[in-house]
Amino acid sequence: MKRWTLWVPLTLFLGFCVLAGYQLTQPKDDFVVSRMIGKPLPDFDLHAASLDRPALASSYFHDGKPHLLNVFASWCIPCAAEAPQLEALRRRGADIAGIAIRDRPEDVADYLTRYGNPYSRIGSDDLSQVQLDIGSSGVPETFVIDGKGIIRYQHIGDIRPDDVPLMIGKLREAEQ
Amino acid sequence: MIAELGLVALWLAASLAALQLVTGALAQQVGGDELAVLTRPAAIVQGLLAAFAFLMLLVVFGQTDLSVKLVAMNSHSEKPLIFKLSGAFGNHEGSMLLWVTIMALAGAMIAAIEHRLPEKTMLATLAAQAFVGLGFYAFLLFSSNPFERLPTPALQGQGLNPLLQDIGLVFHPPTLYVGYVGLSVAFSFAVGALVTRQVTPDFARIMRPWVLGAWIFLTLGITAGSYWAYYELGWGGWWFWDPVENASLMPWLAATALLHSASVLAARDALRAWTIMLGVVAFSMSMVGTFLVRSGILTSVHAFAVDPERGTFILALLAINIGGALLLFALRAGTVAEGKRFSVLSREGALVFNNVMLSAVLGIVLLGTLYPLVTEAFNVRVSVGPPYFNPVSAIFVFPMLAVMAVGPLLRWRQDGMQRIGRPVLIVALVALLVLAGGWTFASIHLLPLLGLAFSAALAIAAFMPLRGRNLRLLPIATWGMVAAHFGIAVALFGMASESAFSKEKLAAIEAGGSADVGPWTVVLTDVVPTAGPNWTALEGQMLASYEGGPPIAIAPQSRNFWAPPQETTESALVTRWNGQLYAVVGRETAEGRWQLRLWWKPFVIFIWLGGALVALGGLLALIGRVLADLKRRTVKARAAERRAESAA
Amino acid sequence: MTGWMKPKHQRLVLIVIALASLVGAGLLAAWALRNQASYFFVPTQMVTAPPAPGQAVRLGGMVQKGSIKTMPDGVTITFLVGDGENTVPVRFSGIVPDLFVEGSGVVAEGRLDPSGTFVADNLLAKHDENYVPRELKDMTDRQKAQIVAETEVGK
Repeated sequence: MKRWTLWVPLTLFLGFCVLAGYQLTQPKDDFVVSRMIGKPLPDFDLHAASLDRPALASSYFHDGKPHLLNVFASWCIPCAAEAPQLEALRRRGADIAGIAIRDRPEDVADYLTRYGNPYSRIGSDDLSQVQLDIGSSGVPETFVIDGKGIIRYQHIGDIRPDDVPLMIGKLREAEQ
Repeated sequence: MIAELGLVALWLAASLAALQLVTGALAQQVGGDELAVLTRPAAIVQGLLAAFAFLMLLVVFGQTDLSVKLVAMNSHSEKPLIFKLSGAFGNHEGSMLLWVTIMALAGAMIAAIEHRLPEKTMLATLAAQAFVGLGFYAFLLFSSNPFERLPTPALQGQGLNPLLQDIGLVFHPPTLYVGYVGLSVAFSFAVGALVTRQVTPDFARIMRPWVLGAWIFLTLGITAGSYWAYYELGWGGWWFWDPVENASLMPWLAATALLHSASVLAARDALRAWTIMLGVVAFSMSMVGTFLVRSGILTSVHAFAVDPERGTFILALLAINIGGALLLFALRAGTVAEGKRFSVLSREGALVFNNVMLSAVLGIVLLGTLYPLVTEAFNVRVSVGPPYFNPVSAIFVFPMLAVMAVGPLLRWRQDGMQRIGRPVLIVALVALLVLAGGWTFASIHLLPLLGLAFSAALAIAAFMPLRGRNLRLLPIATWGMVAAHFGIAVALFGMASESAFSKEKLAAIEAGGSADVGPWTVVLTDVVPTAGPNWTALEGQMLASYEGGPPIAIAPQSRNFWAPPQETTESALVTRWNGQLYAVVGRETAEGRWQLRLWWKPFVIFIWLGGALVALGGLLALIGRVLADLKRRTVKARAAERRAESAA
Repeated sequence: MTGWMKPKHQRLVLIVIALASLVGAGLLAAWALRNQASYFFVPTQMVTAPPAPGQAVRLGGMVQKGSIKTMPDGVTITFLVGDGENTVPVRFSGIVPDLFVEGSGVVAEGRLDPSGTFVADNLLAKHDENYVPRELKDMTDRQKAQIVAETEVGK
């Protein structure tokens, strides 16, 4: 067999690696970035999702202070996984408002006793209407809203321990 | 506690793999073999530890320990135990652990029982096995830890995809994985042989049973997967050219080619470099297929399940393992001595032709699977389906089948056309008769018609090697070949018949109404709600009668699972020797009628029967090879004894 | 046919045949892929630059509210698939997938008939409940692409 033919398999395989590598570096369509960033929060008025926290309306975000808006659900495991990080954010002074998606009050109560309750207010979005309006495509997601009710940042997926400083930084930015 | 035990076992197994790699590699250096004795024990203990880790994962799933993240994400306490256990490998992390476990066990097996190769080649092989294994251990431990705990245990698990809650699926992934990962042994043998430049007929003889074993499992896995898709998806099809299916077909094609080229190497000492390359390619196809499916670059998995980091990790593993092996091949294969020569018209020639055609089909499937990725780089979205795969692969499959009919009749090294003229003529005549008959009496499309003709010819040709031989003295391995080739004919007949003669009926009927499909009359007696352990369903109760015969009760369902919430279609089947009735119940239309979809699929069952026969052929060949080997060993041992006696 | 050839030449012939077949397979595959791959269209593309009638393509978009109609045979449905700008009428005979409802994303496999109706052989709809269908009004190209990607999961 000719010597050069021995290199053909390796060359073909390298071609495959380049293609696959290129595809991996492409931003995946799995995550849809909200087109709402830089835009005001749409108007909504949700009823309370739990007995010990007040209901949530969009007017809450117009008090001149930055807030975190966390979209979660009691049936969502990554949400439970991010609960300690939300608690850490709360202890570092962040105010966190929650929206529970398609949930039942008793499930939410169970969830909060189990994983802790870092929320100052929780609205119940029974039909995912608000979730859609703010451009969220799944749970959990966390938004940074500035004091004028403008969406400044969107975090998709659970907040991992290394993301906490980033979220704090985004909150600081929103303060200015 | 149990999860932590599993994790510790996994770390220990990984460090033993590192030890195995170092001692095996050092032994290749002059004077580096002081520690070489550790290599085999390291491989064996590594295998046991990996198996222990996997067992621990099964235990946490069996107990539904919701403090383990993987259990919480993929299981539910209200699931039957068998599905709790299968949930352990119905997800990314668990299936990677299964992969590593099988790989470590395969390494342990060759370390424990394989003593025929030169020890240096064996050590290089074990080092290669450890090297590939280490990459996967790193992947598991650093980016896919199956034993990760949740900070606070979950209240209830999220459940397993209901489509996967099927008894067939309990056995299907492990079967396929044994096939995929079993090929890693061939890969390591090939690398070992390249390192020591020992590519001999003995090498092929030793590698062959391992390839056969993996190939049997692959064949069974593909056959079972196809049957699962057939009855579970409710679409009436049995092969969809879906990336997941292609990922299992490609290693099978490569392994089939490898089996045949290893036969040439074992019997005639030819095709040395080619066999080595196929050894590398076969397992590479297992890894590439798994990568394409797992990285999410071909089929995207939902919301947050895919971590782009993981794709990068697997790609790096692929680049190092496959790239390294192919580089070694490019550098070393030229220095492997050229094998024996043979004439074009000979057993070797036919097997080379079969190899080239199999490789061509492999290339076609690979290109078709990758093409959407290529166009996506240019922002064009395409999907590639049967209109591409069927005709293009047929162009190479049919010539291959023709040579497959004739090849086993040829002699090694050189043969003449006049010697095999008569049997070839008979086989060709049968094919032509079927072609002509099908053409005149039935309007059948070209591909199914060719399929029918070739299956008839092949079914006869498969038994021709038995002609004029004493059947009692025939080696078991030859029976294996006959069974496997006949299995191909049977499967081909099923495929062609399903495609040529299937009848379909789509109707909306009220309870009490009836519909005809082919020779069947189906009466819908009632639609009733029913419930199972974790689902509720609407069940269409029907009475089906074949050509006015006694009615047979069937009950297809449309099922609703609640954890996670999802609907699935449960088809109902009536199997006769000459075909299957396939019934699906759909939705209720506004006027109280029910949608029914019925198929009559003549001889469809032959597809999977054929697949099973092919696997049985593989099993016979494996038994034959192993027995012959044991015999050879005893004969050798006796000869040595006699020599020792006469010397004394 | 073998007597006149030296073994050396026979070997060369084998290698040449093998390489030629493999290259041939590659070329054939490339040619067939260009012709047989089924391209993905959104309704706007389907209206402005339609594929040739009869060519196998896929159409993806949202099922328009109030557009699903069942024909008298009880198994044929028609509906409109839209992307916010244009809509394409679709006809399908068979049992629709479980999560096929108005307002959901769908990918239809099939072909355009000469009258401009898309005849679907197969419908793919998203299987996963945790996924929330996006509103049609703010569908960007990437979102359309995502609907397709997510819809294919169930396949």
